[in-house]
Amino acid sequence: MTDNTTQYSRTATVEPPAGLIRRLRNLEPVNLLWFALFAILIVLVVGPIGFLLAVSFQEGGNGAFTLDNYAEAYGRWRYLEALINSCLLGICTAALCVVFAVPMAWAVSRTNMPAKWFAWASVLGAFILPPYLTSIGWILIAGPNSGWLNEGWRWLTGAEAPLFDIYSFFGMVLMIALNAFPFIFLFTKAGLDMISSEMEEAASILGASTWYTSIKITLPLVWPSILGGIIIVFLESIALFGVPAILGIPARINLVTTQLFQFFGYPFKMEVAAAYSMPLLLITICLIWVQRLMLNRKGFVTQTGKGGERREIDVGRWKWALLAWCGFVGALAMYLPGYTMVVASFSEAWGKGLTAENLTLQHYYDIFFVQKLTQEAIFNSFFFAGVAGIGALTIALCVAYVVSRKLVPFANVLAFLCMAPFVIPGIVLAIGFYAAYAPPPLALYGTSGIIILAFMARFLPISYGTAAAGMRSINPEMEEAVRVLGGSRLVAIRHVVAPLLKKTLFAGFLLVVIPATRELSAAIFLVGPETRVMSVLIFDMTEEGRFEAVAALGCIILVTTTFLVWLGFKLVGRDFMMRTPR
Amino acid sequence: MTKLALHNLVKRYGEAVAVDGISMEIGEGEFVSLLGPSGCGKTTTLRMIAGFMKPTEGVITMDGRELSSPKTSLPPERRDMSMIFQSYAIWPNMTVAQNVGFGLKLRKLPADEIKRQTMEILEVVQMAHLADRYPAELSGGQQQRVALARAIVVKPGVLLLDEPLSNLDANLREEMRFEIRRLHDEFRITTVYVTHDQGEAMVTSDRIAVMNAGRIEQIAPPYEIYNRPESAFVAGFIGRTNFLDGELAADRLSFDGFALDRRVFNGALEGRGQGRMRFSIRPQTIRLHRGDTRPGAAAAVPAAVTERAYLGETWDYVVTPEGSGSALRVAALPNEIHQVGDRVWLEFDPKQVIAIG
Repeated sequence: MTDNTTQYSRTATVEPPAGLIRRLRNLEPVNLLWFALFAILIVLVVGPIGFLLAVSFQEGGNGAFTLDNYAEAYGRWRYLEALINSCLLGICTAALCVVFAVPMAWAVSRTNMPAKWFAWASVLGAFILPPYLTSIGWILIAGPNSGWLNEGWRWLTGAEAPLFDIYSFFGMVLMIALNAFPFIFLFTKAGLDMISSEMEEAASILGASTWYTSIKITLPLVWPSILGGIIIVFLESIALFGVPAILGIPARINLVTTQLFQFFGYPFKMEVAAAYSMPLLLITICLIWVQRLMLNRKGFVTQTGKGGERREIDVGRWKWALLAWCGFVGALAMYLPGYTMVVASFSEAWGKGLTAENLTLQHYYDIFFVQKLTQEAIFNSFFFAGVAGIGALTIALCVAYVVSRKLVPFANVLAFLCMAPFVIPGIVLAIGFYAAYAPPPLALYGTSGIIILAFMARFLPISYGTAAAGMRSINPEMEEAVRVLGGSRLVAIRHVVAPLLKKTLFAGFLLVVIPATRELSAAIFLVGPETRVMSVLIFDMTEEGRFEAVAALGCIILVTTTFLVWLGFKLVGRDFMMRTPR
Repeated sequence: MTKLALHNLVKRYGEAVAVDGISMEIGEGEFVSLLGPSGCGKTTTLRMIAGFMKPTEGVITMDGRELSSPKTSLPPERRDMSMIFQSYAIWPNMTVAQNVGFGLKLRKLPADEIKRQTMEILEVVQMAHLADRYPAELSGGQQQRVALARAIVVKPGVLLLDEPLSNLDANLREEMRFEIRRLHDEFRITTVYVTHDQGEAMVTSDRIAVMNAGRIEQIAPPYEIYNRPESAFVAGFIGRTNFLDGELAADRLSFDGFALDRRVFNGALEGRGQGRMRFSIRPQTIRLHRGDTRPGAAAAVPAAVTERAYLGETWDYVVTPEGSGSALRVAALPNEIHQVGDRVWLEFDPKQVIAIG
């Protein structure tokens, strides 16, 4: 449908003015909107990726075409080893996530396990604690020297070597898995929810036991869903910066993301970094494509919409084992590191233990009232996240509106650009933003602008997903009813569409603000001296070994995230985070 | 006096033709239904009248003023119409009274006048006691009444209804048909009503336009549509009927294996000439008599009962005239009981044997 308002006013023009003026007159307002949105999306999406590609083929300084960057990026064993390490890390993390999450998902979806909210609490906890904070909590637990786990072990056995060193490959795998297992949980549970109990009962009536049925019938049916989750976890792991930086660098384990960071150090090799980020980008694009293909495949019961009736399986005494498993995973992911971090943040020195004279509020006092750096970082984090959230949501909403109401031709191009950052790892996007906007003529490096733009691009897909879902839920007849009674499209938007989208918009805003306040991978490449955010500061302070102060800053992130999630539950509804699982 | 006129309206989507040349005139205060199966172009036609779509060809005029043509299209908000949607489209963020008063607000009426007119119309649709409720608290039927009130209160030049009853349950639907007609009799707003339900169209309409494949097959008052269908499609779509191929000669009308004397038609087939043509005979216009006595009527043929079903209000018989291969459905009163295999006499009503070309 075309916009009739403008067509009418156009034909009302009595004498057609000539040339350019006429062409400008013929530009309908919606087309202007189209151009504006298209221009913004070029800046946010096409520009960074275009520059990333271009820079990877350019000589630093003069911009001449060269393949040297690729030769250098893949010419050293150390760099290739990092690629292999990252892949290994991704595979191991995904495997560990399956071990954590699949029993939980099965227990919640299909069994009579009591206190299912407990499993959800573990999942939510893992979500609230960003991976770099989980790592910091675990350094305090299982650091080779001062971690209480290892101290206790030495005290018990008198051994020299620590029981478990968190600064290790397995340490990284564990940290990431404890943070990423909710993806597999959500995917698997969604798959299980789609299987009718009749599938299992059909096997039972033929004489199969509960376990046999679960292994032979249920598991194969949800396998595509689990695989979909595995892909996401793999991609999250290889693109993660925080955990490899905090645990991997001290352990001298080189990974793709930490290597990219080193290219940005001294000597500064942005062009090589661009070339070196290509595998990350290509793997992500390919795997997301494979995942879509797999989940869209017809013939899988898991994907046929309505689930049919489900009955809980009575697993007898095993239900307590399942519940214990949920609690165990939750303890590793949230309760233990969270508790440790809280205690450390109130301690003068973590090594001294829980005593009255060790108790202090000094770290919080420093953060809020003494150190300008932390004050600024806290302000920056929320300011950037808030502005990026509003910006991304505005763009997403405009695009979702013109797409769903078919107002302009090629609206799908806009939708595609909004979703494109989904397949770009945050760290790669950040390098692209650096390549595009840090050098002159724009010279945005060190400004708030470049970080806000990068955050907007990074979280545009989430915003678009929310906005598009919101628009789909509004029957176009709601607007048509306004128009037929004499209201224009703008009246319809103001009085009907906007009020109906209020909740969706708020959910979309929170869904950007929550991850944006903790974003590290994209921020680390773009912050300048004036624009540091909490996550970057935590990383810096960790390098200096000030874990008690880090813990205090971590607790601030923890409390604000919890508050924002609670706000979402309260004002939007319990499922507000689940609507757009990655 | 003509209120709304469609002249040779066409709507094409690329190759596909949704509306294929529709012309009709709707008088001031008239209630016209567009009736047809899904995909026949009736909703497209309505949306072109409303201004949500632009015709590919043809013109729509209201009070002689051009609303739509391929070149220009007045936007919906400037057409002085109202519309009731399939989903009702009651705005959930406004109360019942705010919904109903919205059109008046857009017309810049003073607040007390909006309130007065809103309450008046809510009184008419028996919803005044729920004026301050939000739509989520209302049943489907109540939402329907709000939609009606909202559309009528602005006293539109033309009222459009797009399958307004299809989301209601059966009993409520029957009730609302009469409600819609009652409101029409009260307010006399020129109305175009889109439906696929012949019962709705029959109850509500002054005239029914039966549509098929983008065209109007016949436009006439309900009685004529039912009793004088002009095409096989109309005869088949409105109610049930028997289709028979017949050969009309100077003295007789012969069907497969049986014939009727042309004199019994008493002029009903006047002007039909001679030759092969198709006839429609409604099941309830055929009477059944016991086989032992030939009925006095002239248009009677012997037949055998081959199937029967008891439907409560009627018997549904399938009978085959002697020497014929065609089966006819006959609707009989509950007390007319025949067994399968019985010999019977069929008595046709000559006026109800309709030649449909």
